[in-house]
Amino acid sequence: MHERAPQLAQKRISWAASTLWLVFLLLAIVLADSRPATAIPAFARKYGMPCSACHEAWPKLSPFGQSFKDNGYQLMNDRDAPIFQQPAYWPITFRMTPIWHRESSNRVAVDGATPGSTTEAQVTTHGFDWSGLDFHTGGTLAKNFSFYLLPSSDGTGAFHFETVYARLDNLLGSSWLNIKFGKFELDNLHSEKRILTISALGGSYQNYHFQPPGEALYKFGIGDNQAGVEWMGHSKDDRTRLSASLLSASDGQPGLPTSRGYETFLAGSRAFEVGGLGLQRVGAFAYIGQAPTFFQHTVTTPPTPIGTDSTGGPVMSLPSTANVPGTGIGNKGYYRAGLIGMWYVKKLDVTTMYFHGWDSAFLGTNTPANSPLPTGAQAPTWNGGLFETHYTLNPQFILINRYELIRMSRQAFATNPDDLGNVDALTFGYRYYPFISTRAGFAFHTEYAIVRTRKTAPISGLDLTSSSLLFGFDFDY
Amino acid sequence: MRTLRFFKYFLVVVAVLSLPSPSPAQQMESHIGKLTGHSESGKQLFYRYCWGCHGFRGDGNGENWLPTGSYPYMPYLNIQPRNFVAGTFKCRSTQTGSLPTDQDLYNTLVRGVVNSNMPSWITLTAQNRADLIAFIKTFSARWKNDKPGDPINVPAEPKLTAESIKHGQELFQKLECWKCHGQEGFGDGPSASTLTDSNDQPIRPYNFAVGSRFKCGATNQDLYKIFMTGLDGTPMPSFADVIKPDDAWDLVHFLRTLQVTHKSPELTLWGSTKEGAAQIASRKVSGTPTGSGIKQ
Repeated sequence: MHERAPQLAQKRISWAASTLWLVFLLLAIVLADSRPATAIPAFARKYGMPCSACHEAWPKLSPFGQSFKDNGYQLMNDRDAPIFQQPAYWPITFRMTPIWHRESSNRVAVDGATPGSTTEAQVTTHGFDWSGLDFHTGGTLAKNFSFYLLPSSDGTGAFHFETVYARLDNLLGSSWLNIKFGKFELDNLHSEKRILTISALGGSYQNYHFQPPGEALYKFGIGDNQAGVEWMGHSKDDRTRLSASLLSASDGQPGLPTSRGYETFLAGSRAFEVGGLGLQRVGAFAYIGQAPTFFQHTVTTPPTPIGTDSTGGPVMSLPSTANVPGTGIGNKGYYRAGLIGMWYVKKLDVTTMYFHGWDSAFLGTNTPANSPLPTGAQAPTWNGGLFETHYTLNPQFILINRYELIRMSRQAFATNPDDLGNVDALTFGYRYYPFISTRAGFAFHTEYAIVRTRKTAPISGLDLTSSSLLFGFDFDY
Repeated sequence: MRTLRFFKYFLVVVAVLSLPSPSPAQQMESHIGKLTGHSESGKQLFYRYCWGCHGFRGDGNGENWLPTGSYPYMPYLNIQPRNFVAGTFKCRSTQTGSLPTDQDLYNTLVRGVVNSNMPSWITLTAQNRADLIAFIKTFSARWKNDKPGDPINVPAEPKLTAESIKHGQELFQKLECWKCHGQEGFGDGPSASTLTDSNDQPIRPYNFAVGSRFKCGATNQDLYKIFMTGLDGTPMPSFADVIKPDDAWDLVHFLRTLQVTHKSPELTLWGSTKEGAAQIASRKVSGTPTGSGIKQ
């Protein structure tokens, strides 16, 4: 038996290797098979065009798709009104992604060795999971009247309205006059809602949501959908695009939870052709906002007797209070601004973005406007960069790589370490679409993302590094 | 070593399967001004943008085309997408029966085709459009064996007069345009319901009352070319051998007056005459907008 054991082991290894290679070959066959199949979601079903017409790789838009969106989800071909569709046609698409993912963070506050103490430890978890569910419904109500409604859930099925708007398109027959009203994605050229990476860390742009460490008075992300009204205009060929929005200072939350403040977002870009390389685009954007620094409060739990003092009088608990929604005052300003370039060299495209942020010293130090600033307080500023490359081998396969960095240029307190909050984020992966269809979409998705934030570990104040690994079947219909 | 061998097999399999799928073999070029389009580049674009309607083989049988029998209830398209294999094209500057020029095809891509699902592809780069045209030409042997015809001569447009419009109106009757397009230009002539295209699919005559654009352009020159070259593959013939250029321009001027919702010099002039004003008033319909975007 002992003599045969090595032979058996060798056979088992050989069998395992052969099986592994067979699986690998089958996978290769599946991945290399580039037959188109039949079928698309809502707009594709309406117009009979494959996903790849509007998406370089869904959900990322192609210039044709961007133009379609800018025209109010119309091809401007006399078949845009719903009257030209079957009465049963309902412009709805759902998207969801079953996933396996691994999440790891190197410094998480956990129980210490002694009761009541805490310490830092690496925490890693992995397993099968699923994304939230998006119901996209949008299109035209009539020629030049478009809409979009997106109820979106988290993994538990708790829904919120991610997008709710109606749009008047091509007013007075001009592509320069389009008015959108409701809650919508800002006119970000590098759309976070159409991001190609979906992991916990890679599923958003760090630059779009960054706020200096410790800020708690307000929450804002240029990647968040906002509520307001937007004017947008574009040339017929969509080479020139301009937009301006007036928005509630609520970061897109319903019920006017903050103040009566308004904010604005401006964006503009120009595309140009460079030989046979493709369509290049450069643009700029700015968000000018304000946030309240204090609120009126309402008592949620009144004081109650909790004992008696030395004189026998009652000792009362402190009342619990909460902000009264909409009463925020003492607004202080902030802004985000940036430049973007989208560069194409045939199948390779690179998006470059420079980002600059500034917050009032009050916001940076969590100081109500009716209180003096702490000694040494200053307005935090930072600069960021994004470099994202895609190699689109064909409409079915895309390689994705993104590096982002954020560097604080001025801390809220001069005494803070210069690099406190600096971020480096790397994400890479691929999406493979086994079929391209005019009815539905499906993608094999694999992605890895790692983010390092300087000196933000909860106890030690050392660097915090987290990573995500994700495999998923991303589908919509 | 075994692992290495398997890896070699793997690479070979991937390489073989990554080869382009079978397609029309010949390489074609297109020439649009200074641009040269290449079919190899156009192929990738075709299989990104076009095959849903025009079909994987370019025969107009994309997965959204529903053939005869579903008309007029076809939900997605009511005109069969162009069959590139047949090599017959509606919008040309060349004589009937001849191939269009590359520029003609390019113009169609830029413009789109009104009253169909074919959109404008103006958002593509000029090079992309040139490449697509080169690839479209690989579907039919006609592009290998024939040459595009010479563009017809479009003489300068004569001065617009009420007499010119009146004469055009007489030609509209004499040439029996009304049989298909209807006396009022609504596309509802007595023959309208019987018309089929070269694929035996029902086809509707153009309704002048509902738009400003024509199938192959929006200008008077485009309209002149439409009936002097005909729309090949449709019942719309060429009138080049039937009428003289001056008569053709008179017809252009009259047809413009049938577009009662589109402000044009022809409509204004014709509306200033007693006869014209009465005709225009009888063609206009006022009421609640329908939401179709089509002016009534």
